[in-house]
Amino acid sequence: MTAALDPHAGGGVLDPGAAAGRATDAILRDTLHGTHRGVVVDSPPGAGKSTLVVRAALELAAAGRPLMIVAQTNAQVDDLVLRLAEKDAELPVGRLHSSDTDPYDKALDARPNVRKSTKAADLAGLGIVVSTAAKWAHVKVDEPWRHAIVDEAYQMRSDALLAVAGLFERALFVGDPGQLDPFSIVGGEQWAGLSYDPSASAVTTLLAHNPELPQHRLPVSWRLPASAAPLVSGAFYPYTPFRSGTDHGDRRLSFAVPSDGSGPDRVIDEAAGAGWGLLELPPRHTPRTDPEAVHAVAQVVRRLLERGGAAVSERSDDPVPLTADRIAVGTAHRDQAASVRAALAGFGITDVVVDTANRLQGREYDVTVVLHPLSGRPDATAFHLETGRLCVLASRHRHACIVVCREGVAELLDDHPSTEPVQLGVTVKFPDGWEANHAVLDRLSEHRVAWRP
Amino acid sequence: MSLITTLARLEAVSTGRARPTATVRHRHLSERPLVFVPLTTAGEAGAPLGALVGTDRDAPRLLVVPQPRDRDLRFAFLAELADVVLPYVEAYADAVEAAERTETDPETGKRVKVEVDLCADAPQLIVPSRAGADFVRLLGRSMRFRRTAEQDPGTPHPAPPRVPLLGRWLTHFGERARVPGSSLLLALTDLLSRHWATGQSGVEDQHLGSLLAWIDPPAGESGDAAARRAELARDADGQLLCPPAGPATDPAFDNKLLAPAIEAYDRARTALAAAEDGAEADDRFGALTAAEQRIRDLVESRTRPTWDAVWHGIDLLRALPEGAHVPDRWTRDRWSFTAHRDRITAGEPPQPRVDDAVTAANKLAAREREQARLDAQEALDDPLVMAGRRLAGEAFAGEVTDVVMAYSEGRRPSPRPLVTVRTEDLPHLGERTKVYRSLEGKPQAAEFVAQEGDGDGGALLVLRVLDKMGRGKEPEPGSVPEKGDRVCFTLFEHDQRGGPKLPDPEETPWTHGGPPGDPDAVPQPDPLTEEDVL
Repeated sequence: MTAALDPHAGGGVLDPGAAAGRATDAILRDTLHGTHRGVVVDSPPGAGKSTLVVRAALELAAAGRPLMIVAQTNAQVDDLVLRLAEKDAELPVGRLHSSDTDPYDKALDARPNVRKSTKAADLAGLGIVVSTAAKWAHVKVDEPWRHAIVDEAYQMRSDALLAVAGLFERALFVGDPGQLDPFSIVGGEQWAGLSYDPSASAVTTLLAHNPELPQHRLPVSWRLPASAAPLVSGAFYPYTPFRSGTDHGDRRLSFAVPSDGSGPDRVIDEAAGAGWGLLELPPRHTPRTDPEAVHAVAQVVRRLLERGGAAVSERSDDPVPLTADRIAVGTAHRDQAASVRAALAGFGITDVVVDTANRLQGREYDVTVVLHPLSGRPDATAFHLETGRLCVLASRHRHACIVVCREGVAELLDDHPSTEPVQLGVTVKFPDGWEANHAVLDRLSEHRVAWRP
Repeated sequence: MSLITTLARLEAVSTGRARPTATVRHRHLSERPLVFVPLTTAGEAGAPLGALVGTDRDAPRLLVVPQPRDRDLRFAFLAELADVVLPYVEAYADAVEAAERTETDPETGKRVKVEVDLCADAPQLIVPSRAGADFVRLLGRSMRFRRTAEQDPGTPHPAPPRVPLLGRWLTHFGERARVPGSSLLLALTDLLSRHWATGQSGVEDQHLGSLLAWIDPPAGESGDAAARRAELARDADGQLLCPPAGPATDPAFDNKLLAPAIEAYDRARTALAAAEDGAEADDRFGALTAAEQRIRDLVESRTRPTWDAVWHGIDLLRALPEGAHVPDRWTRDRWSFTAHRDRITAGEPPQPRVDDAVTAANKLAAREREQARLDAQEALDDPLVMAGRRLAGEAFAGEVTDVVMAYSEGRRPSPRPLVTVRTEDLPHLGERTKVYRSLEGKPQAAEFVAQEGDGDGGALLVLRVLDKMGRGKEPEPGSVPEKGDRVCFTLFEHDQRGGPKLPDPEETPWTHGGPPGDPDAVPQPDPLTEEDVL
C-alpha cells in the first residue's frame, strides 16, 4: 500500500478537502504522466467520482490525447456528456449511440459542441468520444485510442472489458468496489477461479493480470452525512475506510408540519434527527410484494412530502425544500418497485423515483426510503444477502435514510449463515453479506420505531 | 422461486401429489435415447464402480469394475462403455441433410451463405440426476487426454483404442448440457422438476425415487408418503428399498455388502495368482468368477431400480405433447453435434483443459442468450408458463375493446394504430414500455401509451402498434388486432440479438493476460510452502 492510499498520510489529519485534493492530484499525475498502462481508482459512495472523471477527461483532452470514455448505461453516458459540456462549452465531444428509438437524452441536442452519431467513424477526430460498453463493443478501429476512461468499472463485467480493451492503449478505471457486483443470468461456476472469469468484474480481471498497476482511493464522501459515513465505511469498506466531507450539524432536516404521532411520522422525525430510521412492522412471512410493507413505504413518502420538509446543507445557507425529486425509494426486486410505484400513484404521487438497487447505483438524493431486502423473507439467499445491494440502498442519501422492514431479520440472519460454496482461486470478499447486514441492522435498531399499521 | 411455483408447491403439499407446472413438454425427447445409470466408488472421485447403459429398456448392458482401484479393470470398463456409446453416437453422424449457414468469407470479409451438412438427428444421453451429468463430465475429462498405444507407442499406461474418443464425446455432451434449453444430455430429475412441482424442496427433488413418488405415486398411496418411503425405507438388513440414483451409493450398501464382496474378490484374485498347478488354477478361477459375479449382482441390484425409474420418468414425459419451439432448439443441438463431429473428423485436438478468456466469454454470452430465448419460448409455447409471467407482471392477456387508426408523423406516414386492451393482469408498464405479441410466430412490437381503470377491477391499456404491418399506408389484413380479439402481450422480447464479436484468442488484450500460451503445456505445481512440510 502506498502513501497515496492513506487518507491520513503526512502525519497530521488533513481536512477533508485537502485529503481529497491530494488523492486527486496523485491520480491525475499517474494518469497523465505515469508509465503504467492502467490506473485503478476506488471510490466510495459520493466521493466525487464523476467530478474526477470529468476533470481527468478535460486534462487529457487539453494534453491533446484522443480519449474514449466507456460507461455502463446510457443514462451514465448522457450525464457525463452533459457534465463535460457544462465544464467546457468549446470542447468538441462525441456521443456514440445505438440505433434504437430515443437513444440519448434530448438535452444533448441543446449543446452545440456535442456531436451525436451511431457510427464511430463520424466522430473521428473529436477530442472525447463517450458511449456505453455495449455500444463500444461493436466498434472496429484500425488505430486504437491513446487513452480511455472506464467509468463504473466494478459494475462492468470482465467479458465486456474483453470486447472493448482492444480499442485503447491505456486506461483509467474508476469505480466503487462496494456496490453491486456484475451478475450473469446463467451459472458461471465453470470459470470460477480463472483470472479471466467472464462473469467477474472488469477490475478483478484487470488486476489479476496486471497486479503492478497503481491503485488509488478517494478518501472522502461528500454525499454521505457524518451520521452515515462511519457506518457505511465500517460495514462495507472495513479495510479501506473513508470519512464524510461534512461534520455533524452541517446538515439539518426539518419539517413545517409537526408529527401526528403515527409510525411514519415518528420514524421521519427520528431519521431527521439521527440520519437513520427503522420503521419496523410486526414479524410475518410474506410474498415479495408484501402489501403492508409496500403501503408503509408509500405512507412514509407521502408524509415526507406532506410535512413540508426543508434541508439545510453546506451547499446553501437557506433551507432547500424537500421536493419529490429529492426523495427516492429503493427496493431489491423490480416487482417490489412496481408495487411501491402503484401505491404511490394511489396517493397521487408520481414523481418520486422508485427503483431497484441496481438502477439506483450512482444516484444521489436527500432522503431515501428503503424496503429492506430481507423483510418478510423466510430465507436469506445469496442474492438478498449480497453486500453491494445493501450498500447501494444505504448510501444514496445526503440527509437521512429510512428503512422499512418486518421484525425478525436478525433471527433470520442467525438461522441462515452464509453457505455459498467456496471456489478455489476466488478471492474471498470482505465483509460478507451476513456480517454487513448485521452491522447495519445493529445500528438501525438504535433508531427503531415499531408500528402496527 | 416465482409466485406461481410457490403456489403449485403449496397445492402439492395440501393434495399430496405433484402439480403440473407445464402443459407441454419443453425439452426434446429422442425416439431412441441412450440411458446411462452410472455408479461411482465412495472415496475415490471418478472411479466408476459400474453402470447400466443402453437404448433398450428391457435389455440394458451391465458394466462392472470388480475392483475399482485397479486401473486396468477401470480401463476395461471404459473400453466396454466406448463399445456401447460410440456406435450409438456415430450412427447419427452419417445421416445428414443439406443446410445453409452464414460464414465470413476469409478473402472479402463479407458475410456469405454456404451450404453445409447438418446431421438429420442427434444422439441423446439421459442420466438419472444432475450428479450423473456431472459424472459424465468427469469421465470425459478423465479420458480425453489419454494416449493410446497407437498415438504414442512410448506412453507408459496406454488407454484402449477408443477411450480418448469417448472422453471427447462425453466432454461435449457435458459442456452442451450447460447451455439452457439444450437436450443432448438430460438429467431426468431436472427434466421432471421442470414439468411438475412437488411438495418437497429443490434439493429433495434431486432424489429420483421420491420425485417420481410425488408425480406418480403407487395406487392408493399419497405422494408424500410414497416419497418418504422412497427416501428412507430399509429392509431387514438395513438396505434402502429404493437405492439412490447415484452415482454415489448408500454407505450401508458400501459397508455391509460391497466392501466384503470386493475383499472376497481380491482374495480370490490373489489366490489365483498364487496357484501352483493347472487344476488348482481352474478351481481358483472358478472362485474368482463367482466373486466377480457376486459384485455384478450387487451392482445390478442397485442400478436396475434406477434404470426402471428413468424409463418410468421418460414415459411420463412422453405423455406430454411437445412444445412448439422444442424442434427449433433441438436443431441447435443438432448443429452443436454436427460441429463436434466435424472437429473430430478434421483431426482437431481434444477440448482444452480450461477455456481461454475469449472462449469463456463467448460461451457465457451464448448461454445468456439461450437462457433468455428459452424463457421467452417456454412462455409462448405454454399458457401455464405464460400465466406465471403474467402473475409476475411480465405479460398480460386480455380482450381488444377498441382500435383507432393513427399514423406516424414524417414524410411518409406509416400506420401506428392505437389498440385498447382490457385486462385484469397487473403488468409493470412504464412510459413507452415496449411490449410484444406473437404474430404468426414473429414478434410484433407495440408501445404502452396510457392506462385507465375500467371501473370493474380491470384496466384498459392503450398500446400503439409499431411494426409488422407491411409497407403500405394501410396495414396488411390481419396484422392489427381487431375489436373482440383475445391478445397476449409480453414485456420481454421473444428473440435475442447476437452479441458483439470478440477478438480472436490470439488477439486477447493486455487486460486479460494477452494471447494464451501453449494449450498443451502442463501447468506447474504450486510452489512448496512451509505448510506443505509438516
